[in-house]
Amino acid sequence: MGRFTNQILEIMSYFSEIYKGIKTLLTGMSVTGKYFLTSRKGAITQQYPDNRDTLKMFDRFRGEVIMPHDENNEHRCTGCQKCEIACPNGTIEIIWDRGLDEETGKKKKKIDKFVYHLSMCTMCGLCIDVCPTDAIKWGQNFENSTYDRTQLTRVLNEPGSKLKPGVED
Amino acid sequence: MNIVFGMTYILPWPLSIASEGTLSIVEMVVIALVYLGIFSVAGLFLVLMERRVAAWFQLRIGPNRVGFQGLLQTMADALKLVSKELTGTVKSDKFLYNLAPYFVIVTALMALAVIPFTKDFHAFDINIGIFFLIAVSSIGVIGVLLGGWSSNNKFALIGAMRSGVQTISYELSIGLSLLTMILITGTLQLSEIIEVQKNGWLIVQGHIPAIIAFMIYMIAGTAETNRAPFDMVEAESELGAGFHTEYSGMKFAYFFLAEFINMFIIAAIATTIFFGGWLSPFGITESIPWLGVFWFLLKTLVLVFLMMWFRWTFPRLRVDQLLTLEWKYLLPLNLMNIVLMALMVWGGLLIRF
Repeated sequence: MGRFTNQILEIMSYFSEIYKGIKTLLTGMSVTGKYFLTSRKGAITQQYPDNRDTLKMFDRFRGEVIMPHDENNEHRCTGCQKCEIACPNGTIEIIWDRGLDEETGKKKKKIDKFVYHLSMCTMCGLCIDVCPTDAIKWGQNFENSTYDRTQLTRVLNEPGSKLKPGVED
Repeated sequence: MNIVFGMTYILPWPLSIASEGTLSIVEMVVIALVYLGIFSVAGLFLVLMERRVAAWFQLRIGPNRVGFQGLLQTMADALKLVSKELTGTVKSDKFLYNLAPYFVIVTALMALAVIPFTKDFHAFDINIGIFFLIAVSSIGVIGVLLGGWSSNNKFALIGAMRSGVQTISYELSIGLSLLTMILITGTLQLSEIIEVQKNGWLIVQGHIPAIIAFMIYMIAGTAETNRAPFDMVEAESELGAGFHTEYSGMKFAYFFLAEFINMFIIAAIATTIFFGGWLSPFGITESIPWLGVFWFLLKTLVLVFLMMWFRWTFPRLRVDQLLTLEWKYLLPLNLMNIVLMALMVWGGLLIRF
């Protein structure tokens, strides 16, 4: 009697396995089927050169390092050189000088040129993590090809710019 | 054995005075060339369809640059493949290596001859139609085995051996599931199978066992064409490209084209056996016989789409899982199904309109 019941149970589990298998396969197909039907609206492909004007890169995209300036041509870089030390490739070179501060009249460290070699940058982001004043950020430009590699060496601070007051406080 | 076209009437006059034997040979050659032309182009469009469908499943766009909506993309690809150099391995068995692609493509095209597109567009209506289809479609694997063996490449050999295992196993399921339907029709001739379906498509006539047979047929058919989820033969992540790793240019294109023509054939057989072939649903266009091609292609393409849906949904099986599926599930179910169908035919439980 017991053996007979066991065999019945085995046969039952055989068929329930088949049923479960078909059910899970259909579940998978319904998922992909929904994707198929919505693909027209939700296509993630960017048809790049065509949509160049409207293409906006996502926020966390690492294109190049930039230094934002405000409307008074003022940046936030104090010339502490932490980024230069943090960079594993020697991508950043800061050329600095001591100049007179207009308010206090004391001598003070100022950046002359923030040189950034894009050709050596691996986009690791250590310089941006380490910056105490958030002077440098990720830019979203990705069209970086040039005919001459000297064009990849950039000076990030604009000519005539100066440190924004209050950043060092 | 009849060749239905009636080509004899439209041949130019020098041929009309030739003997009857020559004429029938010329007729066969002309029809073969027409089929060759139609189906190599159709195969290319199936490749394009696969790429667009795959793209839509993955939220991409797919090829849409060459021609309107990318319609000429695969033509351009084929042109490129024709112009490519044919490379091979140094210690390959040259004769077999060159023979293998032709085995695959010729068997794929041979099977097309017996498929009825409409009542008249039917090249070769033999009384053992289904038997012929089953026999021919399994010759293709010899080409795969030859290609894998003669390439002198271990990955190609593993792929070819897997293909052998797979085809031998799943051939049983294909044959038995078609046999289930033959119980209803009582004939192997494809044109007569369609005649029977004028009283309702076989999937309706045979209801439950017919639906089971159809599911088994589609699973086994997908395995038979070596497509994902049964693409052990060319498992890209394990074997490079499997049996055609060493092939390039047009020889590779033959393998590729044969895969898609085989897919079309599997879908076309399913259309003929289960879904009434060129018959329109409820006989709505019965008065316009040439519309049969439209209905046939529509049904076939829906089934082809189903196979593409499988491909872009299911993960690949392992070899042992593949064999478990066949020998422990499909085959016993199939045998039970045949008995069930036989009892239904005997007891007159079919649904006929």
